[in-house]
Amino acid sequence: MTASTSPEFKHNAAVALADAELQNALRFVEVNFVSRRREVADKLPEFDALRDSSRDIKNHALAHLDLYLEEYEGRVTAAGGHVHYAVTADDARQIILDLCRKLGAKTVTKGKSMVGEEIGINDFLEANGVTPVETDLGEYIIQLRHELPSHIIAPAVHLTKAQVEADFRRVHTQLPKDRNLTEPATLLAEARGVLREKFLTADVGITGANFLIAETGTSIIVTNEGNGDLTQMLPKAHIVLASIDKLVPTLEDAAQLLRVLARSATGQEMSVYTTLSTGPRRASDPDGPLEYHVVLLDNGRSAMLGGDFQDMLRCIRCGACMNHCPVYHAVGGHAYGWVYPGPMGAVLTPSLIGIDKAGHLPNASTFCGRCEEVCPVRIPLPHMMRSWREREFERRLSPATVRTGLAFWSFFVRRPWLYALATALAARALAYVGRRAGRFRRLPLAAGWTRHRDFPAPQGATFQAQWKSRKAGR
Amino acid sequence: MIEPGKRVGLFVTCLVDFFRPSVGFAAVKLLEDAGCIVEMPRQACCGQPAYNSGDRGTSRAIAEQVIAAFEPFDFVVAPSGSCAGMLKVHYPELFHGDPNWLPRAAAFAEKTYELLTFLVDVLGVAKVDVACESTVTYHDSCSGLRELGVRVAPRRLLGTVAGLTIKEMRDADVCCGFGGTFCVKYPDISDTIVAKKTANIAATGADMLLAGDLGCLMNMAGKLQREGHTIEVRHVAEVLAGMTNEPPIGVPTPSIAKDAP
Repeated sequence: MTASTSPEFKHNAAVALADAELQNALRFVEVNFVSRRREVADKLPEFDALRDSSRDIKNHALAHLDLYLEEYEGRVTAAGGHVHYAVTADDARQIILDLCRKLGAKTVTKGKSMVGEEIGINDFLEANGVTPVETDLGEYIIQLRHELPSHIIAPAVHLTKAQVEADFRRVHTQLPKDRNLTEPATLLAEARGVLREKFLTADVGITGANFLIAETGTSIIVTNEGNGDLTQMLPKAHIVLASIDKLVPTLEDAAQLLRVLARSATGQEMSVYTTLSTGPRRASDPDGPLEYHVVLLDNGRSAMLGGDFQDMLRCIRCGACMNHCPVYHAVGGHAYGWVYPGPMGAVLTPSLIGIDKAGHLPNASTFCGRCEEVCPVRIPLPHMMRSWREREFERRLSPATVRTGLAFWSFFVRRPWLYALATALAARALAYVGRRAGRFRRLPLAAGWTRHRDFPAPQGATFQAQWKSRKAGR
Repeated sequence: MIEPGKRVGLFVTCLVDFFRPSVGFAAVKLLEDAGCIVEMPRQACCGQPAYNSGDRGTSRAIAEQVIAAFEPFDFVVAPSGSCAGMLKVHYPELFHGDPNWLPRAAAFAEKTYELLTFLVDVLGVAKVDVACESTVTYHDSCSGLRELGVRVAPRRLLGTVAGLTIKEMRDADVCCGFGGTFCVKYPDISDTIVAKKTANIAATGADMLLAGDLGCLMNMAGKLQREGHTIEVRHVAEVLAGMTNEPPIGVPTPSIAKDAP
């Protein structure tokens, strides 16, 4: 699996906060994604009802996942395709490499796939003599930079136009040096030109899947660039790499989920391309791959079934949670340290790589609840982050300072008379010290607060003390 | 609407108790003006810091204590959406599957309210009889907004304050970066978030910032003051109760400031 820097979240965040270009780029998420979603959601009166039924569809699919997996496999096989089960990331990588070798593949084009990032497929193929080429513009850019995506639907959202221009000039050395690359359209045209050759020479195309349909054995991808279609249609083999939670029972179900997916993600009513693939090319088809393989990845997901985190498997990867997250807006996706950033990553990452390695992620949330408010399948993200905090606390993984502080504080809180006495004294003392300014610019034990803001002084006697004398005076 | 004379147990919240008792007295005044009998049993904290730190055992122990202390009252009211959310939404979650405590927690949750929604939605208070010559902007604190739906009630009552104008800020419903222990666990991220908030507050040109949660208010007041803004920061109950003679958050009492050595 892709290596994690989640334990260094604090360091990662500090780097991100100091990165002026990143902060600039993140404004796009904070402003545009949010307003666009709001606009299309407001235009659809049944949007919230659709979210309810989307939740129900995914719940049903997960409750009967064994049956739907079996049905799906049967349909794929009947259509002439092959299903390969991968328990771990290693298994998935090996299956894909073996397929590439059997097909004699030298280059592989890739549609955007977060599961591909999860299993680290690119580095693995490259190390084994197969060249992977990302064809989604954002993925292509981060591949040039040897980075992970910083967002699950907008992989290069952390970059500015000028940074992309610099990367293209660094890598596309075959093109004239004096060419104009200042406009997004010129950047796009250049990437198109470079990628067009890759599409035509690739031996295998790998895509992810947004949905897998049990009743027909169909995989569905949605894209805005059409790169997914070229990736899966032109090479002699199409490999679909998807996790088991992508299963839905029927095409009707998928159609319903598509109505909330693009609206929640990019604020579009539909993505530009919605492509359905069922098996390899049939005798009557003018084009399409000769072989069709599906690599179904588990990698810890089946262990989530029936447990505290099953609801997370409803996720349809729209990215709305991170688009609306104040912490994501501040630090961007890379700070989270692994493949899946933002609130959905804060819940999913500990499930996949362990809470001991991802402890910061469910803690780095203000619990503002905006993620849950916009989730198209109503995943209770703050609730599940808290469940992770509970497991962390039970396993004594939370920092000693937090545990000691809590124990000290709860000693008083659980003895309200003692608490009232102690706080009455402390409030008076603190009020006396702060009486002139009314606040503190620096305060021992509250350095984290006073580094950035003033700390208000208490007014004087506590409410409980004043209430007591008020009642006595009656 | 309820008949007058109902006994309300005030859950004053630990922050109001310690830092700003005047908010508690403002709440008492508003409740008494609406015909309630307000009492206050011995109390400490709702337990949210333990709950959000994953310490479920301590959270339950505190919850049991609070539930028992407030059982004699018809209603429990807190001048905070965050604490009221803990009491109303999360206490029952803590006792999920517990046949002894779940019914008690559920009954407690049923009668618990955040101050502003209690005044408007339960007591049917339609207006306040006070004046405040100010342009104010109102921040929607997250827990109150998303767990309890506190949005209309404070604005409706503020709209009846003579001389007061509400100027909405951009992203009023976006987190201020306080997040309880979050602001000290991740101080730099919290600072980035609150700096966006104070920029939005300052951009309104309002001379007073109001909200319904003291934690968020202390965070925003502290940042505004560090940045050199002179915008007054107050709990919305203070304005509605006509108790703006008390200095705003983080500002000294004039007599004390003068007398101090």
